[in-house]
Amino acid sequence: MAIEVRIPTILRTYTDGAKQVEGTGSTLGELLADLDRKHGGLRDRLVDDGGLRRFVNVYLNDEDVRFLAGLDTPVKDGDTVTVLPAVAGGAS
Amino acid sequence: MLTIPRDLYDKIVAHARADHPDEACGVLAGPAGRDRPERFIPMTNAARSPTFYEFDSTEQFGVWQEMDDRDEEPVVIYHSHTATEAYPSRTDISYANEPGAHYVLVSTRDADQAEFRSYRILDGQVTEEPVTVE
Repeated sequence: MAIEVRIPTILRTYTDGAKQVEGTGSTLGELLADLDRKHGGLRDRLVDDGGLRRFVNVYLNDEDVRFLAGLDTPVKDGDTVTVLPAVAGGAS
Repeated sequence: MLTIPRDLYDKIVAHARADHPDEACGVLAGPAGRDRPERFIPMTNAARSPTFYEFDSTEQFGVWQEMDDRDEEPVVIYHSHTATEAYPSRTDISYANEPGAHYVLVSTRDADQAEFRSYRILDGQVTEEPVTVE
Protein backbone atom coordinates (compact mmCIF):
# COMPACT_ATOMS: atom_id res chain seq x y z
CA MET A 1 0.00 0.00 0.00
CA ALA A 2 1.58 3.25 -1.02
CA ILE A 3 0.37 6.79 -0.82
CA GLU A 4 2.33 9.44 -2.67
CA VAL A 5 3.11 12.53 -0.62
CA ARG A 6 4.30 15.71 -2.36
CA ILE A 7 6.66 17.80 -0.28
CA PRO A 8 7.08 21.57 -0.72
CA THR A 9 10.56 23.04 -1.21
CA ILE A 10 10.83 24.33 2.33
CA LEU A 11 10.31 20.86 3.86
CA ARG A 12 12.67 18.94 1.58
CA THR A 13 15.43 19.23 4.16
CA TYR A 14 13.57 16.42 5.94
CA THR A 15 13.44 14.19 2.87
CA ASP A 16 17.02 14.56 1.61
CA GLY A 17 15.77 16.85 -1.11
CA ALA A 18 13.05 14.55 -2.41
CA LYS A 19 9.95 16.35 -3.70
CA GLN A 20 7.89 13.19 -3.40
CA VAL A 21 7.96 10.41 -0.83
CA GLU A 22 5.75 7.41 -0.09
CA GLY A 23 3.99 6.34 3.05
CA THR A 24 1.31 4.06 4.39
CA GLY A 25 -1.62 4.40 6.72
CA SER A 26 -5.39 4.29 6.65
CA THR A 27 -5.84 7.86 7.89
CA LEU A 28 -3.87 11.05 7.30
CA GLY A 29 -2.73 10.93 10.94
CA GLU A 30 -1.33 7.42 10.49
CA LEU A 31 0.31 8.41 7.23
CA LEU A 32 2.08 11.36 8.88
CA ALA A 33 3.28 9.12 11.73
CA ASP A 34 4.64 6.70 9.13
CA LEU A 35 6.43 9.49 7.27
CA ASP A 36 7.91 10.76 10.51
CA ARG A 37 9.51 7.35 11.13
CA LYS A 38 11.31 7.61 7.79
CA HIS A 39 11.84 11.39 7.80
CA GLY A 40 12.25 12.43 11.41
CA GLY A 41 10.93 15.86 12.33
CA LEU A 42 8.64 16.19 9.32
CA ARG A 43 5.45 15.57 11.29
CA ASP A 44 6.20 18.39 13.75
CA ARG A 45 6.20 20.87 10.87
CA LEU A 46 2.67 19.81 9.96
CA VAL A 47 0.99 19.03 13.27
CA ASP A 48 0.86 20.67 16.68
CA ASP A 49 -1.21 20.04 19.84
CA GLY A 50 -4.30 21.34 18.13
CA GLY A 51 -4.04 19.10 15.06
CA LEU A 52 -2.91 20.26 11.62
CA ARG A 53 -0.93 23.49 11.87
CA ARG A 54 -2.82 26.64 10.96
CA PHE A 55 -0.62 27.87 8.13
CA VAL A 56 0.14 24.55 6.47
CA ASN A 57 -2.24 23.27 3.81
CA VAL A 58 -2.62 19.53 3.32
CA TYR A 59 -4.65 18.19 0.43
CA LEU A 60 -5.98 14.71 -0.26
CA ASN A 61 -5.96 14.52 -4.04
CA ASP A 62 -7.35 18.00 -4.78
CA GLU A 63 -9.26 18.72 -1.57
CA ASP A 64 -8.05 20.62 1.48
CA VAL A 65 -8.34 18.09 4.31
CA ARG A 66 -9.77 20.82 6.55
CA PHE A 67 -12.94 20.33 4.52
CA LEU A 68 -12.75 16.57 4.97
CA ALA A 69 -11.88 15.07 8.35
CA GLY A 70 -8.52 16.63 9.12
CA LEU A 71 -6.10 14.11 10.56
CA ASP A 72 -8.90 11.50 10.61
CA THR A 73 -9.38 11.72 6.86
CA PRO A 74 -9.20 8.21 5.42
CA VAL A 75 -6.46 7.64 2.87
CA LYS A 76 -5.86 4.68 0.60
CA ASP A 77 -3.45 3.19 -1.90
CA GLY A 78 -3.18 5.35 -4.99
CA ASP A 79 -4.10 8.60 -3.23
CA THR A 80 -1.87 11.63 -3.45
CA VAL A 81 -1.37 13.87 -0.45
CA THR A 82 0.11 17.31 -1.18
CA VAL A 83 1.57 19.69 1.40
CA LEU A 84 1.78 23.41 0.65
CA PRO A 85 2.76 26.08 3.16
CA ALA A 86 0.03 28.71 3.32
CA VAL A 87 0.94 31.98 1.63
CA ALA A 88 0.05 34.72 4.10
CA GLY A 89 1.27 37.83 5.78
CA GLY A 90 0.34 41.46 6.08
CA ALA A 91 1.09 44.72 7.72
CA SER A 92 -0.14 43.57 11.13
CA MET B 1 17.79 41.77 -8.32
CA LEU B 2 14.26 41.50 -9.65
CA THR B 3 13.81 42.04 -13.38
CA ILE B 4 10.16 42.49 -14.24
CA PRO B 5 8.36 43.33 -17.48
CA ARG B 6 6.59 46.70 -17.43
CA ASP B 7 3.16 45.19 -18.04
CA LEU B 8 3.45 42.85 -15.04
CA TYR B 9 4.65 45.72 -12.84
CA ASP B 10 1.63 47.77 -13.92
CA LYS B 11 -0.77 44.88 -13.31
CA ILE B 12 0.49 44.39 -9.76
CA VAL B 13 0.11 48.09 -8.95
CA ALA B 14 -3.36 48.17 -10.56
CA HIS B 15 -4.42 45.14 -8.51
CA ALA B 16 -3.18 46.73 -5.29
CA ARG B 17 -5.07 49.96 -6.08
CA ALA B 18 -8.24 48.06 -7.01
CA ASP B 19 -8.33 46.12 -3.72
CA HIS B 20 -7.36 49.07 -1.52
CA PRO B 21 -8.10 49.38 1.40
CA ASP B 22 -7.86 45.60 1.64
CA GLU B 23 -4.49 44.01 1.01
CA ALA B 24 -4.10 42.55 -2.47
CA CYS B 25 -2.00 39.46 -3.14
CA GLY B 26 -0.84 37.24 -5.95
CA VAL B 27 1.87 35.46 -7.84
CA LEU B 28 3.97 35.95 -10.94
CA ALA B 29 4.81 32.56 -12.40
CA GLY B 30 7.77 31.93 -14.67
CA PRO B 31 9.61 28.99 -16.26
CA ALA B 32 11.34 26.88 -13.60
CA GLY B 33 14.93 27.84 -12.95
CA ARG B 34 14.95 30.96 -15.15
CA ASP B 35 14.09 33.61 -12.53
CA ARG B 36 11.94 35.43 -15.09
CA PRO B 37 8.39 36.39 -14.14
CA GLU B 38 6.06 35.93 -17.12
CA ARG B 39 2.51 35.14 -16.00
CA PHE B 40 0.33 37.32 -13.77
CA ILE B 41 -1.85 35.41 -11.30
CA PRO B 42 -3.86 37.67 -8.97
CA MET B 43 -5.15 35.69 -5.99
CA THR B 44 -8.17 36.11 -3.76
CA ASN B 45 -7.25 37.46 -0.33
CA ALA B 46 -9.27 35.02 1.75
CA ALA B 47 -8.70 37.23 4.80
CA ARG B 48 -10.16 40.30 3.01
CA SER B 49 -8.44 42.52 5.52
CA PRO B 50 -6.66 45.87 5.42
CA THR B 51 -3.81 44.40 7.46
CA PHE B 52 -3.62 40.68 6.60
CA TYR B 53 -3.65 38.50 3.52
CA GLU B 54 -3.90 34.80 2.97
CA PHE B 55 -4.29 32.84 -0.26
CA ASP B 56 -7.47 30.77 -0.40
CA SER B 57 -6.17 27.23 0.12
CA THR B 58 -8.16 25.59 -2.69
CA GLU B 59 -7.27 28.35 -5.14
CA GLN B 60 -3.63 28.03 -4.10
CA PHE B 61 -3.70 24.28 -4.81
CA GLY B 62 -5.06 24.88 -8.30
CA VAL B 63 -2.43 27.51 -9.09
CA TRP B 64 0.46 25.44 -7.73
CA GLN B 65 -0.79 22.39 -9.65
CA GLU B 66 -1.02 24.41 -12.85
CA MET B 67 2.49 25.80 -12.38
CA ASP B 68 3.76 22.28 -11.87
CA ASP B 69 2.00 21.07 -15.04
CA ARG B 70 3.55 23.96 -16.99
CA ASP B 71 6.99 23.47 -15.48
CA GLU B 72 6.80 26.88 -13.81
CA GLU B 73 7.54 28.13 -10.35
CA PRO B 74 6.37 31.11 -8.29
CA VAL B 75 9.00 33.73 -9.20
CA VAL B 76 7.28 36.59 -7.40
CA ILE B 77 4.86 36.52 -4.49
CA TYR B 78 3.36 39.97 -4.07
CA HIS B 79 1.04 41.68 -1.65
CA SER B 80 0.17 45.21 -0.66
CA HIS B 81 0.26 47.23 2.52
CA THR B 82 -2.48 49.79 2.52
CA ALA B 83 -1.44 52.17 5.29
CA THR B 84 2.19 51.37 5.98
CA GLU B 85 5.43 51.22 4.05
CA ALA B 86 6.28 48.61 1.45
CA TYR B 87 8.57 46.72 3.81
CA PRO B 88 8.06 43.15 5.12
CA SER B 89 6.44 43.00 8.54
CA ARG B 90 7.27 40.37 11.15
CA THR B 91 4.23 38.43 9.94
CA ASP B 92 5.45 38.62 6.34
CA ILE B 93 8.82 37.27 7.40
CA SER B 94 7.46 34.41 9.48
CA TYR B 95 5.19 33.17 6.69
CA ALA B 96 7.69 33.53 3.84
CA ASN B 97 7.95 29.87 2.88
CA GLU B 98 9.00 29.95 -0.78
CA PRO B 99 12.77 30.31 -0.54
CA GLY B 100 13.21 30.83 -4.28
CA ALA B 101 10.67 33.63 -4.63
CA HIS B 102 11.09 37.39 -4.79
CA TYR B 103 8.74 38.93 -2.25
CA VAL B 104 7.28 42.10 -3.72
CA LEU B 105 5.58 44.64 -1.53
CA VAL B 106 3.45 47.46 -2.83
CA SER B 107 2.20 50.24 -0.60
CA THR B 108 -1.00 52.04 -1.52
CA ARG B 109 -0.87 54.42 1.44
CA ASP B 110 -0.47 57.33 -0.97
CA ALA B 111 -3.30 57.74 -3.48
CA ASP B 112 -1.02 59.08 -6.22
CA GLN B 113 2.30 57.35 -5.80
CA ALA B 114 2.51 53.58 -5.26
CA GLU B 115 5.68 52.23 -3.63
CA PHE B 116 6.99 49.01 -5.20
CA ARG B 117 9.90 47.20 -3.56
CA SER B 118 11.30 43.69 -3.72
CA TYR B 119 12.98 41.42 -1.16
CA ARG B 120 14.49 38.00 -0.66
CA ILE B 121 13.40 36.43 2.63
CA LEU B 122 15.52 33.44 3.65
CA ASP B 123 15.64 31.86 7.10
CA GLY B 124 14.00 34.88 8.65
CA GLN B 125 16.43 37.33 7.02
CA VAL B 126 15.17 40.12 4.78
CA THR B 127 17.38 41.47 2.01
CA GLU B 128 16.06 44.25 -0.17
CA GLU B 129 17.00 44.02 -3.83
CA PRO B 130 16.91 46.45 -6.74
CA VAL B 131 14.00 46.26 -9.17
CA THR B 132 14.58 46.66 -12.91
CA VAL B 133 11.46 47.30 -14.95
CA GLU B 134 11.97 46.44 -18.63
